[in-house]
Amino acid sequence: MSLHSGRRAQAARNGAGAAAESSADNHPQVLVKNLRVVAGSPGTPSVLVNDVSFAIARGEVLALIGESGSGKTTVALSLMGHTRAGCRISGGSIEVCGTDVLSLRPREILEHRRRRVAYIAQSAAAAFNPARRIMDQVIETTMIRRLMTGSAAREKAVTLFRSLALPDPQHIGARYPHQLSGGQLQRLLAAMALMSDPELVILDEPTTALDVTTQIEVLRAFKRVIGERRATALYVAHDLAVVAQIADRVVVLNSGQVRESGPTMQVLGAPRDAYTRTLLSAVARRVAQSVAQEPVVATSGASSRPPGEDNRRQLLLAVEGLTAGYGKANDQGLPSSLALLDISLAVRRGAALGVIGESGSGKSTLARVLAGIMAPARGTIRLQGELLEPRMERRSREQLRRIQIVFQHADAALNPAHTVAHILGRPLKLYFGLRGAARDERIAHLLDVVHLDRSIAARRPPELSGGQKQRVNLARALAAQPDLILCDEVTSALDAVVGAAILDLLAELRRELGLSYVLITHDVGAVRAICDEVAVLYAGQTVETGPLQRLDAANCHPYTRLLVSSVPELRSDWLEGVASASPGPAMPATASSKDLCRFLPRCPVRIEGRCDQQPPPLNRTQQGAQILCHQPANRR
Amino acid sequence: MNSPATPKARSELAASPGWLSPARWRRRRNALPASGRIGLALVLFWALLALLGPWVIPHPPGAVVSTTVFAPMSLRFPLGTDYLGRDMLSRILIGARYTVGLALAAAVAASATGTVLGLLAAISGRWVDELLSRLLDALICIPSMIFALIMVAVFGSSLPILLLTAALGYVAGAFRIARSLAVNLSVSDYVEAARVRGEGRLHIACVEILPNMVHPMLADFGLRFMFIVLMLSGLSFLGLGVQPPAADLGSLIRENLSGLGDGAAAVLLPAIAVATLTIGVNLLIDGLADHGRPEGGGGKA
Repeated sequence: MSLHSGRRAQAARNGAGAAAESSADNHPQVLVKNLRVVAGSPGTPSVLVNDVSFAIARGEVLALIGESGSGKTTVALSLMGHTRAGCRISGGSIEVCGTDVLSLRPREILEHRRRRVAYIAQSAAAAFNPARRIMDQVIETTMIRRLMTGSAAREKAVTLFRSLALPDPQHIGARYPHQLSGGQLQRLLAAMALMSDPELVILDEPTTALDVTTQIEVLRAFKRVIGERRATALYVAHDLAVVAQIADRVVVLNSGQVRESGPTMQVLGAPRDAYTRTLLSAVARRVAQSVAQEPVVATSGASSRPPGEDNRRQLLLAVEGLTAGYGKANDQGLPSSLALLDISLAVRRGAALGVIGESGSGKSTLARVLAGIMAPARGTIRLQGELLEPRMERRSREQLRRIQIVFQHADAALNPAHTVAHILGRPLKLYFGLRGAARDERIAHLLDVVHLDRSIAARRPPELSGGQKQRVNLARALAAQPDLILCDEVTSALDAVVGAAILDLLAELRRELGLSYVLITHDVGAVRAICDEVAVLYAGQTVETGPLQRLDAANCHPYTRLLVSSVPELRSDWLEGVASASPGPAMPATASSKDLCRFLPRCPVRIEGRCDQQPPPLNRTQQGAQILCHQPANRR
Repeated sequence: MNSPATPKARSELAASPGWLSPARWRRRRNALPASGRIGLALVLFWALLALLGPWVIPHPPGAVVSTTVFAPMSLRFPLGTDYLGRDMLSRILIGARYTVGLALAAAVAASATGTVLGLLAAISGRWVDELLSRLLDALICIPSMIFALIMVAVFGSSLPILLLTAALGYVAGAFRIARSLAVNLSVSDYVEAARVRGEGRLHIACVEILPNMVHPMLADFGLRFMFIVLMLSGLSFLGLGVQPPAADLGSLIRENLSGLGDGAAAVLLPAIAVATLTIGVNLLIDGLADHGRPEGGGGKA
């Protein structure tokens, strides 16, 4: 059986070129008809996927688009003959290269998964065994099935490493997972999946957990390897712009139903369905829209930038020379590993400051230091001129009340044992001594403010959706009637559509309540949506600060440009056009090297002999922006 | 991919009266599952027997009332007689008093003390944590049986000493589990949020951390209860536990062991009694854990 199907697969592969060229391919590689997946008891099933049909031709990449809960992963898993616990396929047919997947016996399903279908999961770090070397894991399945000799398998793996543009393809296999970055692991996972030359590759949100700069590398590698091997692929994603780069055709799913399907260009360019348009507008907002931003800035009075005295009076939060890190302190009192280096920021009342940077740039440390969870090694934080104690235990309750923090993981930040009413009621009691009916009334009001139904109050966090939880988090922060809210990656765990709604809410609250924000995020789009000032963080340094328009300024810092240009756009040729600056090894953050430019190893415009010798100067522009760079403004 | 609220959760919501109910850590949202109800019934049954025992026994438990040893069930001796010709029903009723009273009390004491100390160690500074941990580590080093022997040898065998011995012998394990749970919870985002809010330690410990420790600690309590029943029976076997002619369920099994070959009720019934009691306690705890856990909130502890 195995020999036979192996030979057939070989024959199919030989004929793949010819088949893909003829447009009228009679036998699509994958054919799904009227698929229906249900969960729950047979009496009252809840339908997860209803009447989904699509086909993938040989050598084609089909994207399955939808937000979480749309059933896209359920559909993808069903192609492997798998459903998650409690779910079952109750109707329809699935055909993968001529085999009816649903009629397979358990043993044959194993064979199906081993030979024909490969699955690339979202979290590569979780997919690798931390105790074994990469190479052993990549060739493991081929070795178990004795498809190749060990040396042949290793050779093939190295070829794959090379086409996936992994650094040092000859020796990367000897490393352990913890020695590699998230983007590298994601590509290694792809190599593992492609080892057996599968007939169908399923990629389940493979770049969602990555930084935008890393995402480019991974997407490019995927696109190249799929093209080279003429692989048939199903790409599951919620990000239309990512899909535009890689997919030939798109199927839009919503609540388990197909809303629209067609060639990528047609769906993205001229969407017929209203839901697709919603998705598209969520993407469109992160591409430059500074013009639309103008009214908000004007009403807040921050962009008019009154000079001198007036400016100082409005200053809400002033951070100066903040240095913080982890590990034992050395003789100068600096921690051994520095996460923040000499950070200075200012937030005016009613303004929103966006702090952007990729993972590892010290963004979250900044939030923790500002909130007082972690004490800085050096530097001062002032709230309206009043010096704040470094640690929260020593700050007054009033000071704590005025700065509230909203955490990234909405579900982890809400105690699962408490009802929403309890969660929101606690700060009301603590700060304002509210009890009984007055408190209930205020809770109801808070829920209204964040656009949640009042009945939510009696529920507990595990019963809420991700977006609802984040709204409760926000309501809890608002309950304290703060002056400043620290938003630590508030939308990164959410879908584009849900995240956009949260950002809209933040903008609305700012207009109506005169709040100030420090929005800490890796998402340039989120900053564009609600901020009017921006600080770009790289390896613990602010490389650039200034008004939001700095993001699109011609003379911005090279790293700012890299970040902004890495945000995927809805053009299918975007990936080819965008400049690449592969994330090289970041400079070791030690006290000795702290003076040099941190961005040096990745900088496309560095000046040899200057950048690696002298610390970069701080350039000031007329608009009040500060840029940390050696290059003159016209050369950056 | 998390699906929105399940239909069941939604229907419960619709049924819940008023949108603001008093926020208690555990709310009766749905009835106990069937297994939990069986457990509850078994535990109530034994608790009732233990309470009413002295008033319903047909014969004095220590008196030899029959000339036949290991007599089968009869109208006069509903559960037969033991190896000396004493009435089994009376002995089991009184034995249950010791087992339920002593073992349950000791298990509750061990678990509660362990939870409180573990919580204290987790939220207090490094020194308190080190001190408590090392002290209880020292306690855990001594095998519980040897510890019990020492205690009884020094203080003599009496009910308070047995209770103290059993509780002390098992408090260290409960402390270890409680401390690791509390340490994990104390670095969670919601505890961090409470700290940033300016909450005191007591509030963080009792309101934020403790409710999330209760279910795992309950499961641990079930295990600990069984170990204590075993330990007390073991002590009785050595003649150091409950002193004859009184006997707990464990020593009833031991003293009638010679009747096992004949399949005497005298040895089987106390065994069944211990089994139903421990199974009941564990079913009840599992039921409580499932029932208090919100839907989709992860697996059992």
